[in-house]
Amino acid sequence: MIQLAAKGSGVRTRGRALIAARTLRTDRWWAYPLTTFIVLLAFIAYATYAAIANRDYYAAPYLSPFYSPCLSFHCGTVPGSAGAPHLGWFGTWWIVTPAVIILIFPLGFRLTCYYYRKAYYRSWWLSPPACAVPEPHRRYTGETRFPLLGQNVHRYFFYAALAFNVILTWDAIAAFDFGGHIGIGVGTAVLVINAVLLWLYSLSCHACRHAVGGRINHFSKHPIRYRAWTFVSRLNPYHGNFAWLSLVWVALTDLYIRLVASGVIHDPRVF
Amino acid sequence: MADQEARHLRVWRGDKTGGGLVDYTVDAHEGEVVLDVLHRLQATQAGDLAIRWNCKAGKCGSCSAEINGRPKLMCMTRLSALPDGPVTITPLRTYPVIRDLVTDVSVNYGWALRVPSFDPPDGLKPGEYRMAQADVDRSQEFRKCIECWLCQDVCHVIRDHDDNKPAYAGPRYFIRHAELDMHPLDARDRRAVLRDRQGLGLCNITKCCTEVCPAGIKITDNAIIPMKERSADQRYDPLGQVLRSWRRREDRPPAG
Repeated sequence: MIQLAAKGSGVRTRGRALIAARTLRTDRWWAYPLTTFIVLLAFIAYATYAAIANRDYYAAPYLSPFYSPCLSFHCGTVPGSAGAPHLGWFGTWWIVTPAVIILIFPLGFRLTCYYYRKAYYRSWWLSPPACAVPEPHRRYTGETRFPLLGQNVHRYFFYAALAFNVILTWDAIAAFDFGGHIGIGVGTAVLVINAVLLWLYSLSCHACRHAVGGRINHFSKHPIRYRAWTFVSRLNPYHGNFAWLSLVWVALTDLYIRLVASGVIHDPRVF
Repeated sequence: MADQEARHLRVWRGDKTGGGLVDYTVDAHEGEVVLDVLHRLQATQAGDLAIRWNCKAGKCGSCSAEINGRPKLMCMTRLSALPDGPVTITPLRTYPVIRDLVTDVSVNYGWALRVPSFDPPDGLKPGEYRMAQADVDRSQEFRKCIECWLCQDVCHVIRDHDDNKPAYAGPRYFIRHAELDMHPLDARDRRAVLRDRQGLGLCNITKCCTEVCPAGIKITDNAIIPMKERSADQRYDPLGQVLRSWRRREDRPPAG
């Protein structure tokens, strides 16, 4: 059927091949954005619940990553947190959940992450939902204006994420300490895997790749930085995989500790 | 796929005044690519079908089109790799159509003129360039570009927003900037031009350019994101600027 040109926008802009269908893709292009939308929504729902619950986050020697480091004196005083270590920096005046003090940093790291940007621009903002599938927005300014201009602070969140990785690694090491005796429980393995995945996610980050060597032009004059850049470059293609694995695992880690702390399940000891 | 079978093609025929998908049935042989059957169509049923092509080997970048809605090279798309059923072939949907499967991609050559050329340090003459392989590995990846414009075609910044075309150089020219900016003997600072006049900030890194690149260039990970980070060094990282200003040796020469 022959159609005559008319003024339009996007792929229907005057002068372009006049095709009625917005996309002619016949594959399941909607599967990635739909799956991403559902997984991210599930994580946001669970993380919100876990953060505001303000209980059941410590079962000695396991501390939930959602509450580490615990900066309020109230840590340890709510149900399911007896004995939780805390730094007390926020004194006793901080009465709401201490999780909100720290979650801004890992949240900011993931929100500005180059991989997650692709994921949520496609699945939440449909910009575009998939390659060669038109987006619904009339105007588009990308990351040139506030608030998306703020994506450029990703490196600062990366530095903060490194500090959190150190803390969560310490938590994983502390998970071997069963009242002065070294032991391993299922929770120990859960926390170790959590720390490893978070390190892999952080070290494969594009900002990390840039910081360790990507910004220099003379690799031959900086052999150590070149080796570091090469190492990060090998991890970098898997950044998206590490992003999903670490996201899901951190939620499962909290869930496991929550179930143990609330007495729903018992933590099996390996030895 | 049998040794020979009839394939149902839906080919867009028309020009800027209008057009539509026209159905054809064409014999296809085992191992053939889309361009092969279009040539058979041209030879047997539609002698006036306009197609741009040249090398038939994925090296010239001429036969770009959209096959079943996805930007691809027609010479590198085997029919056996496509699902059974009709194969829909249209021109690139980001550019003005000239006729049938041929589009006007000249806007890209305008952008090519606006990328500042290689600028060696003062006093270094041609023939005196010396550099280590490690220093040029990154730039050499971008030299694989065959200028097929599939990355430009798929990029939603201009595909869905024609008004962005004057402000957005696009993925092909972002890798050209990256190629030169990462070059050990290029003395020009390209970050401000790329960010302020060629639309680097418009890219929201959804990676479609990388998905469609027939040369396998990691456009987003190896060019666009590194250039966004380099741009952030200059404009959005005051702490880093202070720290780097304390260092005696500057890896990057002064802007200019």
